[in-house]
Parts: sequence; structure tokens; C-alpha cells
Amino acid sequence: MTTQPETFGKHRWGMTIDVDRCTGCQACVIACQAENNVPLNTEQQYERGRAIAWIRVERYWEGEFPNVKARFIPILCQHCENAPCEPVCPVYATYHNAEGLNVQVYNRCVGTKYCANGCPYIVRFFNWWEPVWPETLRNQLNPDVTVRSRGIMEKCSFCQQRIRRGVRQAARESRELRDGDIQTACQQACPTEAIVFGDIANPETRVSKMRKDDRAYRMLESLNTDPAIVYLAAVDPDKAATGEAAHG
Amino acid sequence: MQQRRVIDQVHTNRVLLNGQLATPKWWLPTVTLLGLFVVVGWVLIGFMLNKGLGVTGLNRPVFWGVMIVTFVFWVGISHAGIMISAILRLTQAEWRRPVTRTAELLTVCSLLTALLFPAMQDGRVWRDYWMMPMDWARGVWPNPRSPLIWDPFAIGTYLTGATLFLYVALLPDLGNLRDRTKGVMHVFYSVLALGWRGNPRQWKLQTVGGILLSALMLPIFVSVHSVVSWDFAVTPGVEGWHSTIFAPYFVIGAVHSGVSAVVTVMALMRWLWKWDDFIRPEHFDALARLLIVVATGWLGFTFLELIFAVYSQEGQEVALREMQIFTWPWNAWFIVFLLTGYFIPVGMWLFKSVRNNIALMFWTSILVNVGMWLERYFIVVGGLSRKTPLVNSWATYRPSAYEWAIMAWSFAWVSFLLLLFARFFPLVPLFEQKESQTFSAEIKIGRARVPAVLREQE
Repeated sequence: MTTQPETFGKHRWGMTIDVDRCTGCQACVIACQAENNVPLNTEQQYERGRAIAWIRVERYWEGEFPNVKARFIPILCQHCENAPCEPVCPVYATYHNAEGLNVQVYNRCVGTKYCANGCPYIVRFFNWWEPVWPETLRNQLNPDVTVRSRGIMEKCSFCQQRIRRGVRQAARESRELRDGDIQTACQQACPTEAIVFGDIANPETRVSKMRKDDRAYRMLESLNTDPAIVYLAAVDPDKAATGEAAHG
Repeated sequence: MQQRRVIDQVHTNRVLLNGQLATPKWWLPTVTLLGLFVVVGWVLIGFMLNKGLGVTGLNRPVFWGVMIVTFVFWVGISHAGIMISAILRLTQAEWRRPVTRTAELLTVCSLLTALLFPAMQDGRVWRDYWMMPMDWARGVWPNPRSPLIWDPFAIGTYLTGATLFLYVALLPDLGNLRDRTKGVMHVFYSVLALGWRGNPRQWKLQTVGGILLSALMLPIFVSVHSVVSWDFAVTPGVEGWHSTIFAPYFVIGAVHSGVSAVVTVMALMRWLWKWDDFIRPEHFDALARLLIVVATGWLGFTFLELIFAVYSQEGQEVALREMQIFTWPWNAWFIVFLLTGYFIPVGMWLFKSVRNNIALMFWTSILVNVGMWLERYFIVVGGLSRKTPLVNSWATYRPSAYEWAIMAWSFAWVSFLLLLFARFFPLVPLFEQKESQTFSAEIKIGRARVPAVLREQE
């Protein structure tokens, strides 16, 4: 079996997304694409519903004209504790690891696409073709991230490579991992700091404190998927904010 | 029950072996043409595997399309075998006799076809063997919680059982053919007949084997399509699929389409091999009466599905039904689905003149399967098109020419397999035919008329 650092399993990774701070700028989408070797999406791919974006910003309109409000909500893999995508995979290509990550093992995947059907958040993506990059972008690929071949599923990994790097760095310097040592690419790019990532097993981290906020809710809670991502509802100055009203 | 015709054994042998002892004129051109289609289909599938699933119309969120629909369709057709050979055998329905082998053969051929579809629509087909419960030096076993692992087990069990059933019922006829052939074919039938001589012990074993297989396969009647339905029903993320009525709904739908397919094949057999003496209007009549009951049960489930959906008032469930029933072009197809799946055929079968008219039975049985294919399309693609409350990700899909071609190929492929089998083996079991004649024969003792053969309870 693979060797894991002794601290493996000590952390539980989670995220909070403050919907009130999201301006819908899509910086997270671009950052994720660059970090995780996601191929370029063409207009045609969007039209055919085959674009790959591990994180996307969905826009909803609220209210009747002229009192219309645009609502933005970034949606990515929720890393559910009780993930509907995991039990349906016949070859364990997706499973839950000890640190609460919903892991996609690319070289185990046979491409049944069943996990994608199971996912209520529609955040799983299939490689319909072999991915291609323009000549000029080839050297820009992230060497820490696998380039996925055609015929397999992929999705947000919570920037697994950054987590590993952070944990290794802390071990090398013989210290505990500090809150904020690990930032996901989307978090790093977010100009309004709407996205916060961290260890939810430790109650002192920023992410753990934010999860206790009054505005906290989890997406599609009725499905009992127990996501690791907690959203903080938008504050509506016109009316008291409720979790349900804010996410469309 | 029905009027019995007295057919002597010489006539039975001559007519029912007319496909084996002499090749009918139409056989070679038809099989060649079908073979051509089959080759083209395999080339297309090969091309799809070579290029990637990009050639299909599938997208996000409709990750499963025509290929999975066709898979469910063929598993549905396969239910004919279990219904007719096991259920009707155990309930001693006499009219099943000429139909048993065709039903079982249809089962084997359609299961062989069905199994290909979920496999060929996998992204990396060449790794599919990882789903087998073997440690391929990977250190990872298959996931027993996945319905995609249950599927091969359920279908594999059915395929094994159906093949054995077909073979056991073929043994006496193989012995018959062995004695009527020379040269290579004689050797061929001799090997397959496993030394069948027709002595009492062999007959006893053959009968016991048949009954045992029927009884052992009874659970499959419930299990196969239930398991297939769980591919969908265990998915909480897809509102249109996540329903508790799916298992019985799929099973009864499968019997509906399977028995209809048997009617189609029986009509073709009667026309192609001119078996008017053996495949009689009363058989069609009995099948149509059975179908009326099955179809009406199935219609009940169809409406239940709609009622459950609307009663729960969940956003995407209502949106799904709205799309299916009120949005172009789904609404047009929905009407076609209801008319072909139930109202036209069952409405016609209510009349005895239709039930006894073979041409009408042929066309109505085809209509049923058009409707049943559409039903699966509504379930699979419809559910995925409106699967979550995240309306920004709602989309539907348009199947590509590849998918249509591969679906059409599956029909050519099944017909090809059936005709190939029909060249070498009789489609109507000769011994069953003779047995039914013997059972219905009567002798006179004094003033009483009694059956010539005392039947043990099967």
C-alpha cells in the first residue's frame, strides 16, 4: 500500500462559501482551471453541455421586475460525507478518504458515468475526448496534477496537491499545520474572500468558526448528503435573510 | 380449453424440421443482408471505442442515453423466456408448448445483446473486466454496493439459466435430427445430443431437469428487472428515478414487452416456415388475453408513477412531468407512448377477431415495443434532464446518428442470431408438440372416455 504521513486522518477538510460576498466575478473558475489542468472550454463545448469546470458560478434571478436581484452561488464538489456518487461506482474509483475528501482515483475509473448521474450537484465531469491544449499552453500545465485521459470522470479534489504540499511542509519544519497554511486555488483567487478552506476537525480554525454562523446552510440538505461545504446565506437588506430564500 | 387438432408424428417431423433438413430459399439472402448490417454495426461500435464517447450526443447532466435505454429495452424483451417457460410451465398452461423454445431463445439472444450496451458506453471499455470479482493484482475488489455489480450477477444468472433451459429442452430434438442427418451435420448433432436415445430414464431426467430449472429460475422472474430498475431507483440525486415503485413497475413492463416480442416472433415463424398447423390463432388468442392483463397492470404503474410525482409537489418532479407532458417534442412522444404502449394494442385485443388475426397481432405487438422503448427513454433521459433543483444545470440531449445506428444494429444482431439458430435447430419443440398430442389423446373403456396417458402432477 502507499505510504501516508503519520498525521494522515487527523484532519477533516471543509470549506465555507459566503454567498453574501460573492460578486460572480468567476476568478475562482479561472484559477481552478489553471491549477488543475482543466482543458480549455470552447463555445461549442458549452453549447453541447460538455464544458468542464470543477467550480462554476450559477446565477439566479430573484424577485419580479423591476425589483430583480441577481444571486450568485459558486458550486463545486461538496465532498459529501454521505456521497451518492461513492456507493454506485463499481470499481471504487471514487471513495471517501480518512480526511473527509471525496477522492477520484483516475486510473481506477472505467467510465461508467454512474457517479455523475448520482451526484445531485452535477459537479462531476466526463472526458468525452482526449484533452488538448494549444502549443503555447503546454508548458503551463501543473506538474503536480494528473492530466486526465479520455473516458474517465473528474471533479474538484479540494486541491489535493496543495493539501499534501502543506502537510509535507509542516512536517519538514517539525510543526503543527497552521490554519491558513493550505489555500485552495479558488480561495486564493477570490477577491472578496468569500471562500474559506481549512480543517473542520479543529474547532479553532476560521472555517470551523464560520460554520457556526447563523446564516450557515448546506446545499440540498433534504437529500441528506452531509456536505463538507457550508454556505453562508446572502444578507438581504430588504428582508430578514433566511437560508432557503438566498440560494434560489 | 381450446380445440385440439390431431396431427400425426410423421407430419410433425416433416413440417417442423423443414428449416434444418432443407434450407428455405429466403434464408441465405436474409441472413447475408442482416450479417452485413451486423458488420457495419460492429465497425461503428469499434469506431466509437476508438474515437471516444464524444461521438455520442451525451452531455452533462444526461450522461446516460440511448444506449442505456436500449439496454433496459433488451433486458425487458428477455422476460418473455422466464414468463413463458417457467411460469406457464409450472401453471401447466397447455398452449405454451409451441412457444417455449422461441421465448427461451429470444431470452438468450436479447440478454447477449443487452449485456453489450452498458459495457460499450463505458469510457474505458478495455478496463471493464475490473468489475469482475477477481483480484487482478490491483489490490482492489469490485464495490458490492454498486448496482452495476448487481447487474452482471442478475443478468449472468438469468443467461446461464436460460441457456441451460434451452439446451435441456433441445436434447430430444437433437437426437431426432441426429438420426435424420448424414456427414458433418450428423457428427454435429451427435455431439450436441449427448447420447440421447429417448429411453425412459433419459426422459425422466430431462423432465425433472426442466421442472427443476423452471423452479430455480422463478426468483429470476422478479430479480432481473428489479435489479435493472435499481440502477435508477437507488440514485437519490435524480428525482425522477428515485422511486420505490420502480422494481415492480419495471418487471411488469418487461413482461409486457417480452410477451409482445414473442407474439411478433411467432407471427414471423408462422409466415416464414409455414407452420400454420402448429402455431395456431388460439395461441395468439391466449397470448393476447394474457397481455391485456399484464398491460393493464403496467398502465396502472405508469399512472402511479405520475401520481406519486405530482402528489409530492417537489420542484423538479413537477418540472420533469411538465417537460414530459407539456413541452414540445416530449408531449408528442408522450401521446405516441401512451397510444402505442397501451391504448391502440389493448383496445384492439379486446376483440376476438383481432386476437385471432395474425397480421393484426403482429403489428400491434410491434406497437407495444415501440411504446415500451419510448417509456424507457422517458425514464432514463427524462429523469436526468431535470434531476436537481439547480435549474441552471438542466439540459436535455439529442442522440447522435451513432447512437441511433447502434440501436438499429441491435435489432439486426438479434434477428441475425435468431435466424442462425433457426437454421440448425427447430424453433418449435417437436417433442413438446408430440407430448401434447399424446396427453390429449383419449381411449374408450366401456362407456367412459378417459385420457390415454395418466399424467403425474408436474
